[in-house]
Amino acid sequence: MSDDPNKIVLRDVHKRFGKKVVLDGLTLEVPRGKSLVVIGGSGTGKSVMLKCVLGLIRPDSGEILIDGQDSMKFNADQREQALRKFGMLFQGSALFDSLKVWENVAFGLIQGRNMPRKEAKDIALDKMGQVGLGPEVGELSPSELSGGMQKRVALARAIAAEPEIIFFDEPTTGLDPIMADVINDLIKSCVQKLGATTLSITHDMSSARKIADYVAMIYKGKIIWHGTAAQVDNSGNAYVDQFIHGRAEGPIKMEVLKP
Amino acid sequence: MNPLAIIGRVFLDFLVAIGRVTVFTFHGLRHIFAPPFYLRLLIKQMMSIGYFSLPVVGLTALFTGMVLALQIFIGAGRFNAESAVASIVVLGITRELGPVLGGLMVAGRVASAMAAEIGTMRVTEQIDALTTLSTNPFKYLVAPRLLAATLTLPALVLVADIIGVMGGYLIATHKLGFNAGSYMKNTIDFLETIDVVSGLVKAAVFGFVIALMGCYHGFHSKGGAQGVGKATTDAVVSASILILVTNYFVTELFFSGK
Ligand SMILES: Nc1ncnc2c1ncn2[C@@H]1O[C@H](COP(=O)(O)OP(=O)(O)OP(=O)(O)O)[C@@H](O)[C@H]1O
Ligand SMILES: [Mg+2]
Repeated sequence: MSDDPNKIVLRDVHKRFGKKVVLDGLTLEVPRGKSLVVIGGSGTGKSVMLKCVLGLIRPDSGEILIDGQDSMKFNADQREQALRKFGMLFQGSALFDSLKVWENVAFGLIQGRNMPRKEAKDIALDKMGQVGLGPEVGELSPSELSGGMQKRVALARAIAAEPEIIFFDEPTTGLDPIMADVINDLIKSCVQKLGATTLSITHDMSSARKIADYVAMIYKGKIIWHGTAAQVDNSGNAYVDQFIHGRAEGPIKMEVLKP
Repeated sequence: MNPLAIIGRVFLDFLVAIGRVTVFTFHGLRHIFAPPFYLRLLIKQMMSIGYFSLPVVGLTALFTGMVLALQIFIGAGRFNAESAVASIVVLGITRELGPVLGGLMVAGRVASAMAAEIGTMRVTEQIDALTTLSTNPFKYLVAPRLLAATLTLPALVLVADIIGVMGGYLIATHKLGFNAGSYMKNTIDFLETIDVVSGLVKAAVFGFVIALMGCYHGFHSKGGAQGVGKATTDAVVSASILILVTNYFVTELFFSGK
């Protein structure tokens, strides 16, 4: 264990797809055992940023440190070891449709950690209970669930192995406001009870206010503002102000045709 | 655009594709032999490749054997060599038609299914999800399919051989007036071990090729439903062509070993 206060550090990370520049010198620090929320407009590269940290997308340049180790220099084994620390909720849920719901939730325990199926199922059902899904849902296939239910299954899967670091890519979109708040509480308890470091992406400001210790805003592939959750409302940054109040007028121009 | 530039580009793309398939093959082979092994997945794949292909492959073999007996009878009749029907049917089926037609039928069924399944997993980020759950997608998805197809196709082709020869026998004895006992004797007397073995070796190679193309195109598919559709088509076409190409080379290998 390093005594670096930051669990993850991204330094000057660049990534482009063809001509399209997505990450343009992104620098971000994720403090150990805290909850960081990244806000920002659609298509600004938030999901790409998470995938770069996980090694699912290889950045063109820059440095990504996980517990002080440069992940760009990992070999296959080191990467596998590092990935064991992570849980990830994908924006599109990414449930395995050939497996039952409970097998999805238990997947990391059974395949990744060689836990016996029976034991893993008990844990899976317990985690599903925490996201408001009863044991009868466990026997269904993911395609039989609603979008919001799928999201909650994916959430249960991400936290099932109680990882050190959890990424939540839009955990509350598609949920009703009450269930969204249940999920917010769950994310908070991951940090407070398990001591996990979480990095969440959201457009939902009420969710961000509730779960964040720190907030950072991404715009055009860069972090343009970061601070504590309390500072968000008087950030003195016109971009942040426009975003958190959801105004169409401001420095952020949406590329839409006006009628 | 300059036609030379187009030719150059196509050629370069072709080389790149060959390089990628080679790397993919090595990865796949490495993960077949290194633990952990997913026995449950292997058995599931063997069921879906072998058992569920039986009707298709069996029917193909049956009618091929039947038509072969008819055609050879007509052809051989022209120089009074009708007695050769039994031996040519059995050689044709075991050496060529069993493995090749069986392989092509399985390519249509299995390479497409693999490409569609893995391709969908790719575009819906399920393959990324596997990685984040400490599971190597190569080991979990590719290795069991490669191994299952390589092991199952020979068994499937052996069944096809038997059914194909039976098809020929039925036509010969019921329609062409052959004596059942002497047709069977001719069949067995002319058959050598190498005929069957070379066919089964071909089948194993074809099985590997089918799974390889299914997995490769699925793994590299992109761009939603359309991309998956393209991957499926590419998998079947490339598997079929590779079967015909490798068939020649494996045949030559056995031939020159004689
Ligand atoms: N695999 C890819 N190939 C090409 N372009 C990509 C790829 N992945 C993402 N992009 C592009 O990168 C940009 C950022 O995508 P990303 O998914 O990170 O957005 P986001 O910030 O998560 O948006 P949202 O809030 O809508 O989810 C988009 O413009 C997208 O077109
Ligand atoms: Mg996103």
